Amino acid sequence: MTDNEVEIMDDKKIEELSEIARQSRVWIIKSLTESKSGHPGGSLSSCDILTYLYFHAMNVDPQNPHDPDRDRLILSKGHCAPALYTSLALKGFFPKEDLLSLRKLGSKLQGHPDARKVPGVDASTGSLGQGLSIANGIALAGKLDGKDYTVYSIIGDGETEEGQIWEAAMTAVHYQLDNVIAFLDYNHLQIDGRIEDVKSNGNFANRFKSFGWHVIEIDGHDLHAIDEAVRAAKREKEAPTMIIAHTIKGKGVKFMEGIADWHGKAPSKDQALEAIQLLGEKWEGN
Amino acid sequence: MQKKATRDAYGQALVELGRKYDNIVVLDADLSKSTKTEHFAKEFPERFFQMGIAEQDMMATAAGLAFSGKVAFASTFAIFATGRAFEQIRNSICYPAVSVKICATHAGLTVGEDGGSHQSVEDIAIMRAVPNMTVIVPADGVSTEKALTAIYEHEGPVYLRLGRPAVPVIYDEDYEFKIGKATKLKEGQDAAIIATGIMVSLAIDAARMLKEEGLSVQVWDMSTIKPLDIEAVKIAAKTGAIVTAEEHSVIGGLGGAVAEALAKNSPCHMGFVGVEDTFGESGTPAELMEKYNLTAESIKSKVRETISKKSSC
Ligand SMILES: Cc1ncc(C[n+]2csc(CCOP(=O)(O)OP(=O)(O)O)c2C)c(N)n1
Ligand SMILES: [Mg+2]
Repeated sequence: MTDNEVEIMDDKKIEELSEIARQSRVWIIKSLTESKSGHPGGSLSSCDILTYLYFHAMNVDPQNPHDPDRDRLILSKGHCAPALYTSLALKGFFPKEDLLSLRKLGSKLQGHPDARKVPGVDASTGSLGQGLSIANGIALAGKLDGKDYTVYSIIGDGETEEGQIWEAAMTAVHYQLDNVIAFLDYNHLQIDGRIEDVKSNGNFANRFKSFGWHVIEIDGHDLHAIDEAVRAAKREKEAPTMIIAHTIKGKGVKFMEGIADWHGKAPSKDQALEAIQLLGEKWEGN
Repeated sequence: MQKKATRDAYGQALVELGRKYDNIVVLDADLSKSTKTEHFAKEFPERFFQMGIAEQDMMATAAGLAFSGKVAFASTFAIFATGRAFEQIRNSICYPAVSVKICATHAGLTVGEDGGSHQSVEDIAIMRAVPNMTVIVPADGVSTEKALTAIYEHEGPVYLRLGRPAVPVIYDEDYEFKIGKATKLKEGQDAAIIATGIMVSLAIDAARMLKEEGLSVQVWDMSTIKPLDIEAVKIAAKTGAIVTAEEHSVIGGLGGAVAEALAKNSPCHMGFVGVEDTFGESGTPAELMEKYNLTAESIKSKVRETISKKSSC
């Protein structure tokens, strides 16, 4: 096994990851409630993917966040920072309690990820459409330096309306960046409604395939499926992989699921209590 | 007089630098023949990334390379670098303060025949407004070459503004370039011309003509627009009359930067030589410089006009 292979995932591991994902969702709700603003919908839809990456696939060390050999994650849909911050905190990059400072004056946890402030954040994002290009740049550097790290990226389905995503899609194929593994969080929603209504997106799988990507479609909440997809992506040589993850925006909090309005507003205290209860916990608040 | 385009000096210096430092990478957006990164591409194909006509992708990819320890030089025309890819420069490069060096050629009116769509007259203003950005405008081939080493050594983003046509060589090989340091090229008491880029040699000509007419005029090469050399501006202000000269809009560029510094530190009469809030057009570089009053003659009359304000108060 080389350094960059992913360990086999047994049932026990799946159970462990499901529990971490559940806790992550609770922390996402807590931090958003404290900040009184932010993006729950897309944070919850990416939560299982992020949990899988940070707690299983990625070779990262919270004690050494700048290790040049580490795997990277570029959260291109940077508004889902609460999900990234939560994974990083649970992983040990910084104390969990810091999550409650989200979006507050002086906090390292800016509304969108700031790589200069947060240990473990690999690039500053927030303006949609740029992250895949950054991931490519890191992947090019990896090839140049003969390093075998993997660069993961998560893009939004609405985000693909940005032309730069397709510029980056061409770049990754042209330079045969098989060290790029991207996830498309296909939750069918963006701010103004269903992506199909905002701008017809055609068939994502066909589009990326026709650009030359290795494409896998999965249920983005099924840890086993995510694992299979990442393994298949790692076996792929000479092409980048796009894992089209079918997800539910707001996943895990029933009253948020599939509702466009939960894209970018924080729950009230009461809603938060209900959400956390739905996630099998109690929150006394602070 | 010896002449050389700053883009040619850039292309050659980049190869030299590439030989010295193997963490240098270069990106271009289908203009490598014009920006002169083709020389680097030829010698170091594995460190050169052709990005196609995709400036936004190029800037953010350069950021990724810089995040991974590379010093990334990204080149295209000034209009596309600072216009099309502005937000990528702002958010993916300057916000995280990574070492991407945007070396943009074909700046200003001297693009010539391609016309107004290709002539960036606002790029200095745009780039200097962005936090963490350093903005450098070399006056000739020698200073371009020296500046390149300095910007490689400087940590963080840099905008280097380069031109298309061959321009007079002002400096000899002993010239030392320092980021943030202006060079005084002529002493004088009656007025000071602060020039940047290709206007520097015209400023020297203007001062020479004025000397024949009995006026002693200081000349500065303000090769770094940001951070601005405030001390130099203060010294120039002692003459009581400053004229700035730039191949750029009179709004927000060198003139704007100097005016801001003067207002804060040592107000004095000021005149602006630059493009008067208008787009360019097709023509030869020489014709355009003449038509848009970017000449030694117009610097000269602006100096006289500014000096006359001194005595009126
Ligand atoms: C360039 C840019 N334009 C607009 C926005 C504002 N914005 C933030 S999130 C969002 C919708 C994103 O939708 P999607 O990519 O589907 O994300 P998800 O559903 O996963 O939250 C928009 C338009 C932005 N952040 N960046
Ligand atoms: Mg979406």
